[in-house]
Amino acid sequence: MSKKVLERLTAQFGDRILATSSHFGDDEAVVAPKDWLEVARFLRDDPECDMNHFVDVTCVDYPMREDLPRFDVLLFVRSLAKKHRVRIKTRVDEGGSVASLVPVWIGANWGEREAWDMFGVVFEGHPDPRRILMYDEFVGHPLRKDYPIEKTQPLVPYRDVEDIDKLPPFGPDEGQPWSRIDWQARIEGSDFQVSPAIGEQQGQRPALSKGIEYTELDDEAARTATE
Amino acid sequence: MEPFYEDEEHEGTLELPAEPMRINMGPSHPAMHGTIRMVLELDGETVMDLDIQPGYLHRGFEKSCERGNWTQVFPYADRLNYVSPMLCNVGFSLAVEKLAGLKVPERCTWYRMILGEISRITDHLTCNSATAMELGAFTPFLWCIKVRDWLWDVLEQETGARMTHSFGRIGGMAKEPTPHFKESVRAVLPQVDEVLLETESLLLKNRIFLDRTQGIGKLSKERALAWGVTGPVLRSTGVDYDVRKAHPYMFYDAVDFDVPVGHDGDNYDRFMVRFEEVRQSMKIIEQCLDKMPDKGPINADDPRFVLPEKLDVYNTIEATIAHFKIVMEGIKVPAGECYSFTEGGNGELGFFIVSDGSGTPYRVRCRPPCFYNLQACREMLIGDMVADIVPTFGSINMIGGECDR
Repeated sequence: MSKKVLERLTAQFGDRILATSSHFGDDEAVVAPKDWLEVARFLRDDPECDMNHFVDVTCVDYPMREDLPRFDVLLFVRSLAKKHRVRIKTRVDEGGSVASLVPVWIGANWGEREAWDMFGVVFEGHPDPRRILMYDEFVGHPLRKDYPIEKTQPLVPYRDVEDIDKLPPFGPDEGQPWSRIDWQARIEGSDFQVSPAIGEQQGQRPALSKGIEYTELDDEAARTATE
Repeated sequence: MEPFYEDEEHEGTLELPAEPMRINMGPSHPAMHGTIRMVLELDGETVMDLDIQPGYLHRGFEKSCERGNWTQVFPYADRLNYVSPMLCNVGFSLAVEKLAGLKVPERCTWYRMILGEISRITDHLTCNSATAMELGAFTPFLWCIKVRDWLWDVLEQETGARMTHSFGRIGGMAKEPTPHFKESVRAVLPQVDEVLLETESLLLKNRIFLDRTQGIGKLSKERALAWGVTGPVLRSTGVDYDVRKAHPYMFYDAVDFDVPVGHDGDNYDRFMVRFEEVRQSMKIIEQCLDKMPDKGPINADDPRFVLPEKLDVYNTIEATIAHFKIVMEGIKVPAGECYSFTEGGNGELGFFIVSDGSGTPYRVRCRPPCFYNLQACREMLIGDMVADIVPTFGSINMIGGECDR
């Protein structure tokens, strides 16, 4: 059924479609990375293809092959009205990049973030190129074949929280002025406990000393309430 | 509580910050089922923007698959969507069978369909009753969980485990149906129906429930398609896309069922679509029970993929060797790549698998439905209130095991 899409692609792009195949009923077309965005746009906008339903984008790593670039980048899309599907494949080398498809299907956003996170394939023009499943300080790209599964990662120190200049109007410890008070610190006469994440921000709090009074008042109130 | 910024500069001017406030929700928040972090930008109680950050349950499903053999993927697949593990099991079996060109016996296919639909019922019951509980209705949750446990009793009787069955195999199932299989399924179905009616009678005329769900968390049809949304969330927007109907696999073209759709794409529609799907699943199960033969093989007759009988393994040298080779080297799946997709609990559950001809998968890519559904959650929530986040997020039915893999 979706042979028609492959024929349509070949008719439109000629030999810029490097290969087509239909194994196991999955239709696939291979394109060069520079044609990636154009083919995607055509698939969505052409009335005969009408691929308006985004399905998935992912990668496969082949570090051992020498004749072709290292990574396969795969795009899966389908058409709601015509009920056909197609898989578009392109190949990029390590450090290579391919255009982001977020302008075509907005759903490619997380798929591409995951592909970057797991394989290190760069999607140019991606609006939000952060890691998604791993944390920012993670070293390497775990789904590459040369990433050992037993590898351990370095410990991450507390992060500095930037561009937060206003904190919620809560007490010093995570918004709960009536609990989690460091009594030991209080007895020793040092300051109250501040959670590390917002400790950095202390200087930006006006009237911090009043905060202590409020917490104490709240303790008082809580004690009378329980008694 | 008195205003915090009570000094000379701010005196009398400020009770709540006028600028957008950024707060964290999650990763472990009592009202969020699922370990996920949302960074909200709030104007008063209205959500101006939010950043959804999954990944807290990432455990390297795809990487782990690449070091065992093909059969050893099943326990991992169980833990993808752990409220409907049988659907993931069967989805993965179908993917490998597609690549290997393997046909399973008819009886096995019916068996898979029945177990899969039972799993779908438990999935939808869990999601819907939890959504109701998050809105303060605790009773429906208890009733639905009660009947879910009865369904799990059937699955336990068949597979030996309530949740993580690891029951699928390449070329069949781990065991034959038990002699009382049909009876026990037929006994439990009317009870499911009864609980559905009871639950609906509690919720659907309840003003609080209606106000909190209708018109909240809306998503349009076109946007849902572009976001890659599938499953009940997509159907609630009015798109009748169900893999079972659009691209029938197993024997779904031989059974009669309808695909319920909503039209607003709000929380209420998602809730109603799920409940109607439970009824359709029961209809499918009844037809499958009638059509499933009582006798016949459950596993494909192909010694390259299926383990020989235990009795033969202990008594003949050929079966011992075959058993040894399958267990030690793994099933040799022919080299190639294919994408196989089924209707999971939350939508299109796809497996893109690549084999290099050895006993170990070269690459197993799981296309998780709720990963893409959750992505669209941002659009549903912008403009709604903080209190709407919890029921909307609940109606997405984000399952951490599947979303983060």
